[in-house]
Amino acid sequence: MSAAIEFCHVSKQYRLGYVSSRTISSDIQRWITMNILGKEDPFLKIGETNDRSTKGSSDYVWALKDIDFKIEQGEVLGIIGKNGAGKSTLLKLLSRVTSPSTGLIRAKGRIASLLEVGTGFHQELTGRENIYMNGAILGMTRKEIRGKLDEIVEFSGCERYIDTPVKRYSSGMMVRLGFAVAAHLDPEILVVDEVLAVGDAEFQRKAIGKMQDVSKGEGRTVLFVSHNMASVKSLCTKGILLKNGMVDYSGTVEDTINRYLKYDDTTRKKKIIENVQYVKPTLHITKIEINGTENSESVLLSGQKSLKVRIEGETMEEMKYDVKVIIKNKESVPYATYANGHTNGEISYQDKGKFVFEREIELPSMLCQGRFLVDLSLHHPNIEYQMIAENCCELDSLGYQNSYGQVLQSSVCGFYGMTDIN
Amino acid sequence: MAETECKREQEWTTVIKPRTSLFDIDLKELWRFRDLYTIFVSRDIKTQYKQTILGPLWFLIQPVLTTVMYMVVFGGIAGISTDGLPQALFYLAGICLWQYFAQCLNATSSTFISNAAIFGKVYFPRLIVPLSVVTSQLVRFGIQLFLFVCVYLYYVLFTDSSVAPNLYALLFPLLVVMLAGLGLGFGIFFSSLTTKYRDLTLLLTFFVQLWMYGTPVIYPLSTIENEKLLFLMQLNPLTHIFEAFKYGVLGVGTMSWGGLVYAFVFMSVLLSVGILIFNRVQRSFMDTV
Repeated sequence: MSAAIEFCHVSKQYRLGYVSSRTISSDIQRWITMNILGKEDPFLKIGETNDRSTKGSSDYVWALKDIDFKIEQGEVLGIIGKNGAGKSTLLKLLSRVTSPSTGLIRAKGRIASLLEVGTGFHQELTGRENIYMNGAILGMTRKEIRGKLDEIVEFSGCERYIDTPVKRYSSGMMVRLGFAVAAHLDPEILVVDEVLAVGDAEFQRKAIGKMQDVSKGEGRTVLFVSHNMASVKSLCTKGILLKNGMVDYSGTVEDTINRYLKYDDTTRKKKIIENVQYVKPTLHITKIEINGTENSESVLLSGQKSLKVRIEGETMEEMKYDVKVIIKNKESVPYATYANGHTNGEISYQDKGKFVFEREIELPSMLCQGRFLVDLSLHHPNIEYQMIAENCCELDSLGYQNSYGQVLQSSVCGFYGMTDIN
Repeated sequence: MAETECKREQEWTTVIKPRTSLFDIDLKELWRFRDLYTIFVSRDIKTQYKQTILGPLWFLIQPVLTTVMYMVVFGGIAGISTDGLPQALFYLAGICLWQYFAQCLNATSSTFISNAAIFGKVYFPRLIVPLSVVTSQLVRFGIQLFLFVCVYLYYVLFTDSSVAPNLYALLFPLLVVMLAGLGLGFGIFFSSLTTKYRDLTLLLTFFVQLWMYGTPVIYPLSTIENEKLLFLMQLNPLTHIFEAFKYGVLGVGTMSWGGLVYAFVFMSVLLSVGILIFNRVQRSFMDTV
């Protein structure tokens, strides 16, 4: 094994304000605003995320700073990080769309970058002509494309329309055609930005499968950027976490993802308790924990057996109560409800004073991958609500993984897979 | 400094560096992407008149109508001399050449801006784009030239006009190369400058229109008698190209070897400088466009 790509102290600096100006007059306008009126740059457009949004002492910003790592041949590297962490800048440098400010990137073999599907498609040209066009833009020769044309057309599933101008295509067909071309590139190094976010489920599955083939079967090096932890996890062997333009962590993909999600949690200000919409006046809630955290976003690990709910507070009167938890999808379709008061008639009793309500709810043995919202409430069934906290937290389920490493998608499988009775 | 820290024990095929020397132009890479070049050329030709009824006939309609208009305005109303040549032939020659140059210049000058979407997503030698534009314009020029040849033959064979070609007509391919070189040179020069300030794009369109009147397109150079004006005209490299063409093919005009050499050197220098600047800008233009 030898290194396929090497980043040596790579940095990329942008000068704020010099990015979005288009005319001399806007430059003059900015100069007047900043230097004579003493106000902030009126054309400032980037750097609105992260710490870089706060006004610094200089006009310069480091989109990437001192990036230094190696990727071995045949590795699939997942690059993760929040918006504005520098992921796309990194890929842009590697695809030579722009050049680094300092440092050096070295690679062995042909680099093909897929920052977008169907780059350079011309609306007036037919599907076939666009395959040649797109292939050539991505660095294939005419001969190579001709040899793979049938395969590409078949993979795209657009045989019937292949001699129709692509302006008559549905947007999904365009994406399919574009990915089909890209999937048949034979680069030693493949750089993929979140292109999988588009397309239907079938296409996504096909695309992920193709990328797995490329990396596992053919020993190519792949760099993959995504916000979808499930696809990063299923595809990548190693991970790099970027934070404010610097490498925050690099290691196995699991460790990187865990670190990212944890770090995501600690920086998130919203706590579950801040999402409580109603509390009965005689009640005072001091702390709510779901899934072992007060934060409104947490992760359901794959294979996690239970979900813990903990509510601390004080009541000025004795109360009969029940804890109700509803887990639903982002469209607010409920998937499952925990409410022992309703289902089994198990109502609990609490004296005046401080209390801690704790529940450990059994989770289905096979969880799907996806993001779920939680409604939490305290109520006396059919009589009153003591506390309501709808959409109080979000659970990111990594999903059950079977032996092939595939994840059950909630959009395809529903909440969980069914198992045998015994 | 930072570069030396990384070991150099392996053979790297791609090295991405912050700033390369001004003269670092990768011709091998340009050659590797020759297929893209031909595809771009065929795209430009195919798509220009898609969904039109007359299709490539439009290549001919434009010069014909322009010629008729010039015959009426400049030949008829203004009464400008054509050195004794049939007006149709004289104007058509000038229009074909001028159109080629102007189209090359206009189309290449917006290289970066109009291709920003592609350039922002994938790398290939950017020079491919202006080169393919100049080539696809050549096809258009060829079709118009065919029209010119038809009109030319008509006048030579069926009328007793003073059209008298001579050996200098063999210079024609060189003249076309020079026109293309000048158009490309100015075009990529401007496109490199317009990534930051769009004002130049507006200026350029206007400037090209005016430039035509500073070039012997609708009048022969021989009509200029003012010494200073003549000197200014001769500074314009296009003047020598147009005059040489008319001299060789039509038999009238001011053929000057010195002028042609001047134009050629001008073109070479402009093209080299243009390519150097273009090459420099292409590396980071995505940050400023």
